[in-house]
Amino acid sequence: MTTKYGPNTIWLLFLAAGLGTYALRLSFIFLFGRLDEVPATVEGVLRFVPGAVLAALVIPAILSLSLDPTLRLAYEPAKLLAGSLAVVVAWRTESVLATIGVGMVTLWSLQVVI
Amino acid sequence: MTARADFFAGTQAIVPILLGVIPFTLIAGVAAVNAGIAPVQAISMSIIVFAGVAQLAAIDLIDRTAPIAVIILTAIVINLRFMMYSASLAPYLRQLTGPMKWLGAYVLSDEAYAVSVTEFRETSPEERSREWFYFGAAAAFWMAWQVGTIVGVVVGTAIPEGLSLEFAVPLTFMALLFQALTDRHTEVAAVVAGVLGVVAAVLPFNLGLVTAALIGISIGVILDIRVDEFPTTEGTSEGHNRGEST
Repeated sequence: MTTKYGPNTIWLLFLAAGLGTYALRLSFIFLFGRLDEVPATVEGVLRFVPGAVLAALVIPAILSLSLDPTLRLAYEPAKLLAGSLAVVVAWRTESVLATIGVGMVTLWSLQVVI
Repeated sequence: MTARADFFAGTQAIVPILLGVIPFTLIAGVAAVNAGIAPVQAISMSIIVFAGVAQLAAIDLIDRTAPIAVIILTAIVINLRFMMYSASLAPYLRQLTGPMKWLGAYVLSDEAYAVSVTEFRETSPEERSREWFYFGAAAAFWMAWQVGTIVGVVVGTAIPEGLSLEFAVPLTFMALLFQALTDRHTEVAAVVAGVLGVVAAVLPFNLGLVTAALIGISIGVILDIRVDEFPTTEGTSEGHNRGEST
């Protein structure tokens, strides 16, 4: 399970992502003095980005809809169970280490059994 | 205080956070290698992109040979929050000139942002130099990030794939997710995005993530508008001093 992209394409990807991200980082630091303040509208929208993005990353990693071969829910039982437990841990502790610890141990334990 | 003292104060402020971030950087290195990215490129990624969540998402998409445009777009959408940080820090860094300004922007990270803004709220510019403190924090974090990636890459080439270590990635995101939920509307936006992410997984070109995230964000905005709370700016800059990882 690895990429079909060759090194040159990967450099291209990194540079594009890197430059795009740098533009975002530089944006107001560079513009300050030209713009008096951040448009409030921009701030109002951006505040939803972290939560939405992270949720869109996390949930499908454990459970997703698939058309292959027909419409079904795709998941790995061990990961779904370990992931569900980890969500509770994450919710309660908001700790990266605790979530990884519980999640991985649960996954490994289940993989032995399932 | 002196430049030196302020610089190291920044470093000191960020060191406790580094502990929580180390697993992240290791995972980034390991995941890159497992995706078939050459070690040198994997290490370079942390220098060129220097944004953890985006790196991990991009690595996953690269692994699946997703369309190039989608990979780039996904990384950009994930990193939109840096614009927020840029805006919030700009007043404090306005005395930087030329190359230092460009450098200051480059080393911007969630963590450096969080500790800096916290400090700037508690001290006056006379007590604490904004520029030096920020660079002290940001430089320390940048170094830790690069070293962690290198270690992860080296270790990654040595570990067999059967350990499912890539599962640590969504686990990390889970913790960050709950840190990011600051009020009801952000929670709803996240739930919408999460559910849509599951459904949109059937979309071609790996567009599921971006689509789900953008719709979730839109729902959040709509909710704010419905109760006349748009835009909510109070707390957006302040809401990030909880050690959110990149």
